[in-house]
Amino acid sequence: MQIALTLNGKEVSAEVRPSLLLSEFLREQLGLTGTHVGCDTSQCGACVVHVDGVSMKSCTMLAVSAAGTAVTTIEGLAQGDVLHPMQQAFHECHGLQCGFCTPGMVMSAIEFAETTPEPTEEKARAWLEGNICRCTGYQNIIDSMLAGAAKMKSTQAGA
Amino acid sequence: MKDFVYHRPSSLDEATGLLAGAEDAKLLAGGMTLLPTMKQRLAMPSDIIDISGLSGLSGITVTADSVEIGAATKHAAVASSAEVQAVIPALAKLAGGIGDPQVRNRGTMGGSVANSDPAADYPAAVLGLGATIVTDRRSIDADSFFTGLFETALEEDEIITKIVFPIPEAAAYVKFPSPASRYALVGVFVAKTKGGLRVAVTGAGPCAFRATDFETALAKEFSPTALAGVTVPADGLNADIHADAEYRAHLVGVTARRAVAEIANGGAA
Amino acid sequence: MSSATGIGVPLRRKEDKRFLTGRGNYVADMKLAGMVQAVFVRSPHAHALIKGIDTASVMGMDGVVAVLTGEDLATDGVGGIPCGWGITGKGGVAMKEPPHPAMAQGKVRHAGEAVAMVMAETLEQAREAAEALVVDYDPLPAAVGVLDAMHSSAPQLFDDVPGNLCYDWDVGNERATDAAFAKAAHISSISLVNNRLIPNAMEPRAAIGEFNPGTGDYTLWTTSQNPHVIKLLMGNFVLNIPQHKLRVVAPDVGGGFGVKSFHYPEETLVTWASSKIRRPVKWVCERSEGFLSDAHARDHVTTAELALDEDGKFLGLRVKTVANMGAYLSTFGPNIPSNLYGLLLAGVYTTPVIYCEVKAVFTNTLPVDAYRGAGRPEATFVLERLVDIAATEMGIAKDEIRRRNIIPKEAYPYQTPVIMEYDSGDPAGCLDKALEAADWAGFADRKAASAAEGKLRGIGLCTYIEACGLAPSRIAGRLGARAGLYESAAIRVHPTGDISVFTGSHTHGQGHETTFAQIVSEQLGVPVDKIDIVHGDTAKVQFGMGTYASRSLAVGGVALAKAGDKIIAKGKKIAAHMLEASESDIEFGGGEFRVAGTDRAKSFAEIALAAYVPHDYPLEVMEPGLEEQAFYDPVNFTFPGGAHIAEVEIDPETGVVDLVAYTAVDDVGTVINPLVVDGQIHGGIAQGVGQALFENCVYDDESGQLLSGSFMDYCMPRADDLPRMTVATHITACAHNALGVKGCGEVGTIGSPATVMNAVVDALAHLGVTHVDMPASPNRIWRIIHNAQSAMAAE
Repeated sequence: MQIALTLNGKEVSAEVRPSLLLSEFLREQLGLTGTHVGCDTSQCGACVVHVDGVSMKSCTMLAVSAAGTAVTTIEGLAQGDVLHPMQQAFHECHGLQCGFCTPGMVMSAIEFAETTPEPTEEKARAWLEGNICRCTGYQNIIDSMLAGAAKMKSTQAGA
Repeated sequence: MKDFVYHRPSSLDEATGLLAGAEDAKLLAGGMTLLPTMKQRLAMPSDIIDISGLSGLSGITVTADSVEIGAATKHAAVASSAEVQAVIPALAKLAGGIGDPQVRNRGTMGGSVANSDPAADYPAAVLGLGATIVTDRRSIDADSFFTGLFETALEEDEIITKIVFPIPEAAAYVKFPSPASRYALVGVFVAKTKGGLRVAVTGAGPCAFRATDFETALAKEFSPTALAGVTVPADGLNADIHADAEYRAHLVGVTARRAVAEIANGGAA
Repeated sequence: MSSATGIGVPLRRKEDKRFLTGRGNYVADMKLAGMVQAVFVRSPHAHALIKGIDTASVMGMDGVVAVLTGEDLATDGVGGIPCGWGITGKGGVAMKEPPHPAMAQGKVRHAGEAVAMVMAETLEQAREAAEALVVDYDPLPAAVGVLDAMHSSAPQLFDDVPGNLCYDWDVGNERATDAAFAKAAHISSISLVNNRLIPNAMEPRAAIGEFNPGTGDYTLWTTSQNPHVIKLLMGNFVLNIPQHKLRVVAPDVGGGFGVKSFHYPEETLVTWASSKIRRPVKWVCERSEGFLSDAHARDHVTTAELALDEDGKFLGLRVKTVANMGAYLSTFGPNIPSNLYGLLLAGVYTTPVIYCEVKAVFTNTLPVDAYRGAGRPEATFVLERLVDIAATEMGIAKDEIRRRNIIPKEAYPYQTPVIMEYDSGDPAGCLDKALEAADWAGFADRKAASAAEGKLRGIGLCTYIEACGLAPSRIAGRLGARAGLYESAAIRVHPTGDISVFTGSHTHGQGHETTFAQIVSEQLGVPVDKIDIVHGDTAKVQFGMGTYASRSLAVGGVALAKAGDKIIAKGKKIAAHMLEASESDIEFGGGEFRVAGTDRAKSFAEIALAAYVPHDYPLEVMEPGLEEQAFYDPVNFTFPGGAHIAEVEIDPETGVVDLVAYTAVDDVGTVINPLVVDGQIHGGIAQGVGQALFENCVYDDESGQLLSGSFMDYCMPRADDLPRMTVATHITACAHNALGVKGCGEVGTIGSPATVMNAVVDALAHLGVTHVDMPASPNRIWRIIHNAQSAMAAE
């Protein structure tokens, strides 16, 4: 099937088989390997991307279902060499170790920042229900999320 | 995942036609249950009929005495709906506790209810509130809808279009999640409805069921203490590596009392 | 500090950017021209004879390129998967080491064992064919539980391994220990199970094999913690590939925790298959497949006794453990419940005599091997639970009983009765600091506050020590290591003064690209942005032993410092020549080579340039170039330790244990980067808490089917399961390495299971509970409370 979508701000059209998952489409067909696959039960969240601005598990969505949507992946966040405020916060707070869960964490964290009016540690921990990290014990991820949310707010306010 | 023929019908009629016409077709709404099952090759449908984009299947309408929720409405929409929060806060809370943010952004009410997963949350609300499941051809009472493990009163080619929840006087849902999957190990929905007291249990049995002894006890006196000594029999309840049947039976009592307390304290209205 | 980016600076990591922008390069991300996809057909049975495999029936399916089985391995003379440690048991009896073919030959011995390998043009085609492949099994009864497997009537995995006994090993002095028990005023005892775990690094394993028919060269890309070891084991002992014809690359690896340090069958298989079909072969493990093919961990059944005098001084310790090896010996498997367990049973205490027996047993389950902590969490758990029981029984406060027995700071170096000689430490100092940080004294108020909310609050303490920095080769060799365990480093100073560092260590989350650069920066005065750390590719890096057992810094880091010393020494020679001074007059500091007591100096970059473009070199005494290599073999293990304190709140109605506070004070030796150390400790604690409260690998006792076979049933700790942790350090420098470093990778996982469970037992102590096995799941805790209440009601 032919699908067209906006991917990281660019129009993309491609021929896909219906059973292709969005994660497979991104990784195998488009070579965007920043989106990771860490489980097969839709739990680990390494594959989280944004579809029309909300976070989704790309391993549990057909590529054909993304037709006509705007998809943002981890590769689409930074502006050139300038990191997205959430990426920057993960760097500052040492919110990543092996880096495998990181793309999903960052994508999920951005939606957290966008949808949570008053972010707290408790809310951040609850938000990460669908993102598993084995390295960090989450503490620095939580700090990154809160710092990133604050940065995003101040960036917005400044803009 | 095994290949299939993908359809994106533009009308409900077309969808039911496709469903009836194909060898082994499955409806795809959010896909939160279907796609993982297909990935593990536990389901290998010949055809997938994607109804997520069908107009008229999504949305929330609040009337004087009910909340109507389109079958393709996402959990996140129910959870964040100010209208639902105002009239049936327990339902919004339940939706906000399903899975994780990404599941809630994609999973749909109809999909969850039609699947009758023994550990899903929505069946507790449907049964607890005495909702009506509206399909492309009829309306089904909650009490006759859930018939067994992954089994419902739906016919093979029948499609849920919306679910109508009567607005209760008060209701609460308390979930005890499985530590690993975070599905409900036990979830109890307690509602004071116009038709009387209803207590619905999910997670504990093959499908959602009403705890009638609890209802009787609460009808006499609506307080957590009224439930002291009232139990569901452990016989026939689910047992797995996370919870044996006796523990599940015990949890039904605990969560029910907590739901009652929440209502009694005016917590979830 | 000689550099603003040197040792002790909380630098943000150099490696972050590629991971944060989706530019990491993991094995699963790679695509090679002409590559085929491999899928393994795995046994659904725990124990069965293979009667036949109908490979011909799937060969005609769409896209199928080849189907290989264990018989093909035998035909090609491919060796079995070797074990890196040989344990010698009581009476000098060598461990039983049955063959471990990369794919089953005639018999399968655990559910998930590979029986066939299907390769096809696409992954879907390979899956289709794998699913269609008919394997005719004759199922056998399975030996699943470790105690069951020892029964005389138990099914036998191997014809020549009677009683499924791999080894019966001991350490310590049995007679002296018995004598100590005979004169004890009090004996405390415990029976416990150390629950089996599945490590679950977030990146599933993956491997790509490529054979170049033109050159005869092989390349294996693999998710490994130690590519050089894989190269040696696989090339030399399995596939018979000359070492100069084999390259192993472990690019970005998404977490290891030990489970990626072994040589796995799939690595051999993709490499072997690529030479057979003359195309690159890629395999990416799915998570549910990983549950059935990654090595598992822990799985002990133990009884232990502690003898005390009337003052609560420990007189002796006696431990008997049965350890599950699984169906085959994995690379380090037999070493874990012996040397990494029995030798740590002294803990931080002056217990004069110890005797430990370990029986290692084969079962029809996945191989069991090292996982973060590896043996030391098990030893700590036995000892620290037992100390708490003794304290309770003797009416001595839990901190006080530890104080009475802790090895005093001034007693180091300290020889334990179980081989180890601790070089340095201050456990009492760690304990004091932890008690204060956790407000141990104020616990009663918090317990009362919890009680007012209907919750049972408990506090738990653990003082622990571990041995890491594997290893002093001489000692390791005596203990059964079949290879020395040094590490290598090379420093290549480019003509511009920029530096490439080559290390045999591998980073898969630890942050070596930053911390190793900090060591070089400190030593050579070059900022870290001019220093790159190269690792993970045997074609680039000299031989190395890899990263596991918290050895990277304590062995690899020290090797690096040693290479740095050589760079400075050579730099001094060059400087002496350039400055026309005596070499002995040259000092190096602040990035400059200077004639002592003068202002005549050359910068590091000037020396580097001179090293590469000399016209007037004294060639008779010096070669051009500035590149040095060092191998470092430590004289002893390093011994990090510390004191951890946890508080839990238990909901007596549901049995839910809520970990509400966690404090860790660790002595990890010199800290290179405090940010990274804290992160390692956080993560380590989370994994130990996982074992204590959530994680449990469960097999069906009869069928040997894995019941906890996905994240739906194997409970991984989530963010909302953990409290904000308070971590601090209390440093004593390692006495035997140049950097004073010990290691921080495993301390969190070693101290935390005992700490948390001591808190859980404390919360339930009023019910007469003295021990709770892990995990403290809601069902288990509710059952304990329910039974205790029923018993009390009956009285």
